[in-house]
Amino acid sequence: MDILIVLEDNNGKIHRMGLESIAAAQKMANDLGLSMGALVMGKNGDALAEQASGFNVGEVIKVNNKLLSSYSSDGYAEAVKQVIEQENPTYVLFGHSYQVRDYAPRVSAKLMKPFLVDNVAMNTEGGNVVFTKQMFNAKLFSDITPVSDGPYLVSFQSAAFSSENAVSGSASVREATVNLDASMIKTESEEPFQEEAGGVDLTSAEIIVSIGRGIGKEENIPLAETLAQALGGELAASRPVVDAGWLPAAHQIGSSGQSVSPQMYLALGISGAIQHVVGMKGSKNIVAINKDPEAPIFEIADYGVVGDVLEIIPKLVESLKGD
Amino acid sequence: MKIAVLVKQVPGAESPLPIHSNQKWVDEDAVAYVMNESDNYALEEALQIKEANSEGEVVVISLGPDRIQKVIREALAKGADRAIHIQIDTVGAIDPLATASHFADALKEENFDLIFSGLQSDDFGMAQTGVIIGEMLGMATASLVMAIETGGGKIKVKRELEAGWFQWVSLSLPASLTIQSGLNTPRYPSLKGIMGAKKKEIKVVTPNPVEANQSLEKIYVPHSDKQTVMIEGSVDQMVEKLIHTFRNDIKVL
Repeated sequence: MDILIVLEDNNGKIHRMGLESIAAAQKMANDLGLSMGALVMGKNGDALAEQASGFNVGEVIKVNNKLLSSYSSDGYAEAVKQVIEQENPTYVLFGHSYQVRDYAPRVSAKLMKPFLVDNVAMNTEGGNVVFTKQMFNAKLFSDITPVSDGPYLVSFQSAAFSSENAVSGSASVREATVNLDASMIKTESEEPFQEEAGGVDLTSAEIIVSIGRGIGKEENIPLAETLAQALGGELAASRPVVDAGWLPAAHQIGSSGQSVSPQMYLALGISGAIQHVVGMKGSKNIVAINKDPEAPIFEIADYGVVGDVLEIIPKLVESLKGD
Repeated sequence: MKIAVLVKQVPGAESPLPIHSNQKWVDEDAVAYVMNESDNYALEEALQIKEANSEGEVVVISLGPDRIQKVIREALAKGADRAIHIQIDTVGAIDPLATASHFADALKEENFDLIFSGLQSDDFGMAQTGVIIGEMLGMATASLVMAIETGGGKIKVKRELEAGWFQWVSLSLPASLTIQSGLNTPRYPSLKGIMGAKKKEIKVVTPNPVEANQSLEKIYVPHSDKQTVMIEGSVDQMVEKLIHTFRNDIKVL
């Protein structure tokens, strides 16, 4: 096959980004006249294979191996490498999930073939595929092409393609074998766990007041809290604020925190790094206040204010309380 | 423990990023450079492990032109014992396989127990170099590390998964870890540290050229299809217009 889609297990379901990869592969196959296949593995391989076979993905390849029943970087990297060698695809597509970031670079190193990561777009005009990636914290875009011969490993950023566009179909399932040895696995993983949410449920909030680095210092957090209260909303933050210890992790929005889509997302002093944006770009109205007119947050904002949040917040609070 | 820490010099969050007329790179002369954020956390973690064990060595390693010696000095001033500078022109050099092979070449003779790198760089964000180096050197790897426990020839790390989930993973040594921001509080260099850094060794190595596997065709400012309504005026006017927008356009008041 020409395009191999690597699907990730999310507790017995195909990971959301896997469905997006299917949509990406279908576009690529359509535009370039290429054939497809989807790879599933792990303890939920049967369930994933059944789900994948309901899409127009050419065929589904299922790898059963007890050393792959739970995830390890060593096992998954070696298994995917072997499947690539067996199937000889030109493109290997992944969602840019945390698991993929953990092992796919090792597949790239094993094969000495490039891994073009975290793409937001793909252009297939003229039969050449050009991938578009954000750089410099999303301030600039770059067009990147692979140089060497394939296979090329490619990952797409969350929501670069819509899972709703994944065309259903009926694909056959085939089993493939990989040779793994227990001595290859140099890690031992414990069960995943969640840290206490601390009573913060941002996903159901209609109004979110979210603060970033621009809030300046810890002493200014109560100011933002007052604004959130005055608006009847919840207080959230981007990663730097949580990293600094100014707010608990339960308040974090973004790829490593919560994903939200409130009626209004008020971004205060948030630059708009992609790790944050993936968690809030589905908001119905985004209002951004930032003193840097070049901040990437303005690219996705519905309403923008270039100004100092520390000047604007107190006056907003005053105005709201005066109402 | 002998720990190598990869540090990268990247444009600061507030730095201008004018695009060079050839549309292949930014004008580096106009860029204000800093140490990559997650690398700073990686360095701090290495220094703390060394201090907690009262033994070991922290070696900082960086790749790029002469200008990167600024971040190397900064790392030495914070407490790294010595440094390796892989001297190479990095304009247009985005290929992680090529970058990682330079690092692997420079590191392989040193037999490090641990290699730390930031999770990803704030410039290209490829998020691969540390993991690839681990594979190239036959080490165990773990990414997105949020906490590290050492002891008994093994290490245990807390890895960040998606959507607020975590997982503890034990690894055999040697291992290459990519470090997530926020797992510690990075120190500032002391005056004594800054003075002492001047005497520390920076070994400069010149790498063998390797073929790139991916190429940057064009770099540009993204244009958004989204129409952003800019609210302008004095602070008071902006506040008044914002309240109006909340009430009448977004309808949350």
